Amino acid sequence: MSASAKPIANTRAGTGIPTAKLITWWVIASEIVIFGGLLASYIMHRLGHPEWSEAASHTNTWAGAFNTLVLLTSSLCAVSAHKAADALDGPRAAKLLRLTALGGLLFLTIKGFEWTKDIHEGFVLSSGGFWSFYYVLAGLHGLHVLAGMIIMLIVAADAAKNRELQRVECIGLYWHFVDIVWIFLFPLLYIAR
Amino acid sequence: MSTYAVVNPHIEHDEPGMFKKYFWSTDHKVIAMQYLFTGMAMAMLGGFFAYVFRMQLGFPNHNVPGYGFVTPGRYNALVTMHGSIMIFWVAMPVLIAAFGNFLIPLMVGCDDMAFPRINRLSYQIFLISAIVLLSSFLVKGGAFGGAWTAYPPLSANGNYNLTPLGSVLWLVAVALEFVAFLLGGINFTVTAMNSRAPGMKMYDIPLIVWMIVLASVIFMASAGPLIAGAVMLLFDQTMSTGFFDPTRGGDPLLWQHLFWFFGHPEVYVVLLPAMGIVAEIIAVFARKKIFGYKTVLYTTWAVGFLSFVVWAHHQFVAGIDPRMANIFSITTLMISVPITEMIFLYIATLYGGSITLGTPMLWALGFIAEFLIGGVTGIFLGSSGTDIYLHDTYFVIAHFHYTFVPIAIISVFAGITFWYPKMFGTMLNETLGKIHFWGTVIPFNFIFIPLFITGTAGDQRRVYSYAQFAEQSRPALQHLRTTSTIALLVMLSFQFVFLFNFFWSLRNGKKAGPNPWRSATLEWTVPSPPPHGNFAELPTVYRGPYEYGLPGRADDFAPQNIPE
Repeated sequence: MSASAKPIANTRAGTGIPTAKLITWWVIASEIVIFGGLLASYIMHRLGHPEWSEAASHTNTWAGAFNTLVLLTSSLCAVSAHKAADALDGPRAAKLLRLTALGGLLFLTIKGFEWTKDIHEGFVLSSGGFWSFYYVLAGLHGLHVLAGMIIMLIVAADAAKNRELQRVECIGLYWHFVDIVWIFLFPLLYIAR
Repeated sequence: MSTYAVVNPHIEHDEPGMFKKYFWSTDHKVIAMQYLFTGMAMAMLGGFFAYVFRMQLGFPNHNVPGYGFVTPGRYNALVTMHGSIMIFWVAMPVLIAAFGNFLIPLMVGCDDMAFPRINRLSYQIFLISAIVLLSSFLVKGGAFGGAWTAYPPLSANGNYNLTPLGSVLWLVAVALEFVAFLLGGINFTVTAMNSRAPGMKMYDIPLIVWMIVLASVIFMASAGPLIAGAVMLLFDQTMSTGFFDPTRGGDPLLWQHLFWFFGHPEVYVVLLPAMGIVAEIIAVFARKKIFGYKTVLYTTWAVGFLSFVVWAHHQFVAGIDPRMANIFSITTLMISVPITEMIFLYIATLYGGSITLGTPMLWALGFIAEFLIGGVTGIFLGSSGTDIYLHDTYFVIAHFHYTFVPIAIISVFAGITFWYPKMFGTMLNETLGKIHFWGTVIPFNFIFIPLFITGTAGDQRRVYSYAQFAEQSRPALQHLRTTSTIALLVMLSFQFVFLFNFFWSLRNGKKAGPNPWRSATLEWTVPSPPPHGNFAELPTVYRGPYEYGLPGRADDFAPQNIPE
């Protein structure tokens, strides 16, 4: 059996859901629990420490809002890529996926500028409870953005040759999940004062 | 045969090289063996650690043969590593990963896992996690000594635990191990959901597959917060954040919540596969259908749900609100109801069966009897009133060893003796198997019954030398501590019988044939050991997994894949 040949187990769909999509949902479920645990810890602490709102007021709400816009727009590209893949137009799907990844890059760049400013003002990981959660939550989310971008470029390379088009939808699902996590992080870290 | 029959294209193939076959394989059976042998090696290490620290407790301040003098720091590292290894590097890889990998594709009738390369990655990450853990013995300060629960601030600050590097490596190893089992568990779940043979409906799936998959789902749903917690603790250790350190504004109780939100479901994560193994064995050896197959499943779901709402019973003395303690006492006592029901169903399966006491059956019955003691003693610890007295005593140690030893040792031996013919193609020696069974189960009770007594008398756990604490010394109890240690020596020495039997039978055991136990599930329809790709012709399923004791047939059972 060569490495690329798929086992029959992979091609069956007892639930009616294709295997690739099913595993994507389970991965997302396991990620929800990871972010859920972290967010629950943060919310409990935040409620117990009203003084953290002073630290929270130093975050740049406008940068966060713009980043939200960037991520949402990139998700739109991911949806269009899925549509193109459904129409069996691999090259177009690849182009749209690369555009999505570009959105991720823009998001991380803005984040980089934000963090540089925060660190210059003296707010680092160990500057207190709020900042610890701020960096860990946004950092973990940022890692997911980065991982999503890398996978997306790999999927795009295949899709450009009209191969493994079913993966376009899966990486799109994952990207929407990363997007939704940010929708939780933005108000909790930036807006709540 | 049938219209569904698909000839398996992977059954004929070139024989890959040694390295590719045993170290880089995507074959689920090879990966199962990798997990099994890694788990067995780690079990020997964990057993050795138990030997060393029990010697210190049974015969204080003597040199331990094969180890040397046990200093207080080393004692802490030994108990920590014994607990961590036995749960994360023995119970998990053997019960979930080894049996899950070997059995799921064979039992649901497909050629491999749905994602074979993710499966291989899972083992590789697991192996790295084991190496990281073992490497912590070599760093300055030695291996982590802050107990397997790693409560902060002790675990968060190197100045407190005196193992600044060991504690970091321990945490990294645990986090990697979680990643390995998330990958593996998701793969199991997808395979069992999507890749079943045509005709295998939800209630035709053998219980062991159900149990391993549900255990994987429970693990997946509970491990997340602890992965997040591990990142936070790692930053507390290395980047001077203050998530859990009260001197830096943190809350140590948060770790206890995150840890036990994972830690208590984890008990059921390892219990369920053990229950599944026992179910398969008692059906075959009693030649009887499992009594109440669906009820077993319903109780399993109930256990899975309840296991998420009992965690704070570990924190009754940690300063939680007494009203919360009441709620968690009630949920904890509630979870014993479905487990009891499951045990009753197993006993009802035995009733009126035509029982053969082969070695696997002895282990399965041993599991039911011994686990029962573990469950019953849990009632005292789940009730906050009695727990406040018994907390952190040897009563707790004895209780959870009466649950974990049946799970991680007794049921594993049941599973290995039962599926050994399928895994390796030869039979184990029955006489040696029975000697090993009695030589393990009898001393096991002599290890832990004395500890119930010392615990009730007030012996605290994690104490290096009782003589050094006036209120703890109780010289009158020393003979019980020594009895426990001697029983451990006996139990450990009988494990060599198993090792001999295991390796001797590989070459000298009599040939097993495809179905030595006359079992009805799909893994017994293929040659032993199964070839690459498993089935020459992929099977179709016509009935449930436990059709035994049928009158009016040539044999008394109906395999799942044979039409009438």
